[in-house]
Amino acid sequence: MTTSAQAPARSLAGIVIDPKYLIVFLITLVLVVGEAQYGILGGYPRLATTLGISVATEVLLSWWLRGRVANVSSAYITGISLALLIKPQANILWPFALGAFLAIASKYVLTYRGRHLWNPSNFAIALLVLVAADSVAILSHQWGNDLGTNLVIWAFGLVIAWRARVLHVTLTYVACFIGFAVLRHFIVGGPLFAELAPITGPMYQLFVFFMVTDPRTTVSTRRGRMIVVAIVALVETLIRLAGDYQLALLRPLYVSPPILALAFVGPVAMFLDLRRTASAA
Amino acid sequence: MNSWRRFIVIAAFAAAIVAVVVLNERAAGSVAGGGARETIRLREVAHASGIDFTHQAPTLDPKISNIAPHVGALGACVSVADFNNDGWPDLYFTSSRFGAPNALYLNQKDGTFRDVGAEAGVADVNRPGEGVSMGAVWGDYDNDGFEDLLVYKWGYPQLFHNLGNGRFEDVTAQSGLRRWMNSNSAVWVDFDRDGLLDLYITGYFRSDIDFWHLKTTRIMQHSWEFATNGGKNLLFKNLGNGHFTDVTDSLGVGSTRWTLAVTAADFNDDGWPDLYLANDYGPEELYLNREGKRFELASAGLSDDSKSGMAVALGDVYNRGQHDVFVTNISEKGFLFQGNNLRLNFLKELGRFDEVAKGPVADAGWAWGAQFGDLNNDGLLDLVIANGFISADSTHDYWYAMSKIAGAQGNIFEDAKNWPAIGTASLSGYERSRVLLNRGQAGFVDVAQEAGVTDRLDGRAVAMADLFNRGVLDVVVANERGRALVYRNASSPPEPLSRGERGNHWLELKLVGTRSNRSAIGAEVTVEFGNARQRQVVDGGSGFCSQNDRRLHFGLGDQRLGKVTIRWPSGAEQVVNGLAIDQLHVITEPR
Repeated sequence: MTTSAQAPARSLAGIVIDPKYLIVFLITLVLVVGEAQYGILGGYPRLATTLGISVATEVLLSWWLRGRVANVSSAYITGISLALLIKPQANILWPFALGAFLAIASKYVLTYRGRHLWNPSNFAIALLVLVAADSVAILSHQWGNDLGTNLVIWAFGLVIAWRARVLHVTLTYVACFIGFAVLRHFIVGGPLFAELAPITGPMYQLFVFFMVTDPRTTVSTRRGRMIVVAIVALVETLIRLAGDYQLALLRPLYVSPPILALAFVGPVAMFLDLRRTASAA
Repeated sequence: MNSWRRFIVIAAFAAAIVAVVVLNERAAGSVAGGGARETIRLREVAHASGIDFTHQAPTLDPKISNIAPHVGALGACVSVADFNNDGWPDLYFTSSRFGAPNALYLNQKDGTFRDVGAEAGVADVNRPGEGVSMGAVWGDYDNDGFEDLLVYKWGYPQLFHNLGNGRFEDVTAQSGLRRWMNSNSAVWVDFDRDGLLDLYITGYFRSDIDFWHLKTTRIMQHSWEFATNGGKNLLFKNLGNGHFTDVTDSLGVGSTRWTLAVTAADFNDDGWPDLYLANDYGPEELYLNREGKRFELASAGLSDDSKSGMAVALGDVYNRGQHDVFVTNISEKGFLFQGNNLRLNFLKELGRFDEVAKGPVADAGWAWGAQFGDLNNDGLLDLVIANGFISADSTHDYWYAMSKIAGAQGNIFEDAKNWPAIGTASLSGYERSRVLLNRGQAGFVDVAQEAGVTDRLDGRAVAMADLFNRGVLDVVVANERGRALVYRNASSPPEPLSRGERGNHWLELKLVGTRSNRSAIGAEVTVEFGNARQRQVVDGGSGFCSQNDRRLHFGLGDQRLGKVTIRWPSGAEQVVNGLAIDQLHVITEPR
């Protein structure tokens, strides 16, 4: 989860605010509200670990490889996201430490034409879920399943996504999710609410406001971003159908369909987009 | 220069991925097996002992048929008591289907049991209009010297007065306890120290729900973490005339969290029994008893964690003279790691518990009942955990379907009709039970396989007792929709366990109250041996829908026995010196 200065700063009530700081504000809001209301962190050492290692890795690698210290707002967002989303076996800290390092390091290692391909948090979480399922799950805390809290975060999130000029990505994904949910309802035959239910939960808040909207790992055109996010929703639906039909081979995937769908689709889209724009140039 | 720097970063990146794989394998290994020197041996002897009891699950209103296997996966319970005062512990098992009998297994003193439930009048309790059994606890509520029986239900609880002649009389109507509840636990506790056992019955589902005549399908929890729409827990004060009166609200213990288990003990050493609750879909709760006049909900570090509490077991894990608490929860690879809680009691020193569970203690699958007991008499309390929720079609797993709604808004999954149909799917099925050997500061290690505990039934209740009066604890497990298991302790103390090793010794105490309740439930006993002092409490109900024998069993290792301190429920303290080891002692409260 990172943001960039790609989008120009916009004026809000006469104050010019860089969109990335709006995202920083939003994730801080999510953290504070969630922790105060529901204790979502499961212990401050987790937050200290992810934040500390994310920021330290960003500072160290940007200075060492690029000769300048990068703005750490991206690492800050990544650190908080990982602290919120990783829910490991009791009392182990290494998934937070290694996850934070891998997330930030992926920005410097998994690159193409100078751009990283994965959203850092998305990469780290997908990796942990796929290769460390004995130790790591995703977001078992559900923030009380409380409508009021979620409405507040959705409201702030939508406004900030609009200010950060990524609202089209969020809304496209939400629309596609709902459409595919209805489709799954007819295919699988279960209750419609069961198919719609996931998007009302907190993991999806983090997903739609911080992961799929990450400007650094989305393609260059508005239309392209909407197509890519629709494909993410489609792949997610395929994973969910695999879960419904119990395809044992794909069981590792259906523990977290949206995050893994993005991990598969996002880099491919970025690669193709970077290659296309390079060819055009 | 930049290329070698980049190479180093790539190497570090790859090394971190390798570290993830290695550490994950170590985590998996920590829950899979032993590696320690095996010193517990158990042998399953239920059938050979004449116990052929199979639990029947409830059939519920078809309106919730989509998740009936999930909702109705409770009720296999076991409680231990010597109901005929012959000095041998007997067993009571519950079933949960209309028409299916509960069983009272009389210990025949020769290693076998005989079901006398029907002739005793405590078998035919699962009837339409009355509800089905979810568990039972024994306690001598009228102090006549015979253990009486409370059966709690999804329905009307039933109180059976032990007539002392092998038969029981249903005295529910005149007791004041005939209140429809959907209860999954209860505990006898003399909260006001008046010498009469009072009764705390917990509610799981709301009490306005009749599972056979549902008026609504909005019966489920409204949160997976902080649900408060469960059944109300009730505290009944024993008036001493065969009647109980509801004092819940005046005492402040009417939690509406989804309580699945409760136990009572003096956690803060103030001389008054407190209540510890394991709640599903919510944090644990500790109600501290303020001199019998009211209870206060303590924070004690419990509200930081919100999980799916299933059972609460007490054990002085490191022989510190404290009641530490073990609460079972859910772990499922990839989906959910709540982890069991092992909370060390620092209430007196720090005002809180410290949660220290890790490895096999933390992750035992979908864990249900659990009990501490010194299975090898080495002076350290071991831990047995029963596991597994629904073992059905092993090729179909409900976890993914359940995960769809788990993160949703509460008003969606509060309505059972919005749940995906479970059909014939399993849900954390075919899990193995755990036998965790306590190695003191070296921690617990899972020795179930080596100990001979290999069943994969859906375990619910665990109870411990020296069933055959041999100076070792045996283990009884009640399984949902499965046969009950009796694990006979195959260690043979005080003989040597292995070459060159000295035998372990033991001490058993049966307490008889005089000023206190006759069952001595709530009596706190601290036994000193070597440099250790281990504390236990006479059990009025613990684990998940279970109750251990109220005789206390202490393993002593090869240490010399010191003094034994008994704090009776009346408040009287008694110090006993010079007790002979490897014996059962009957101690009567001084008048």
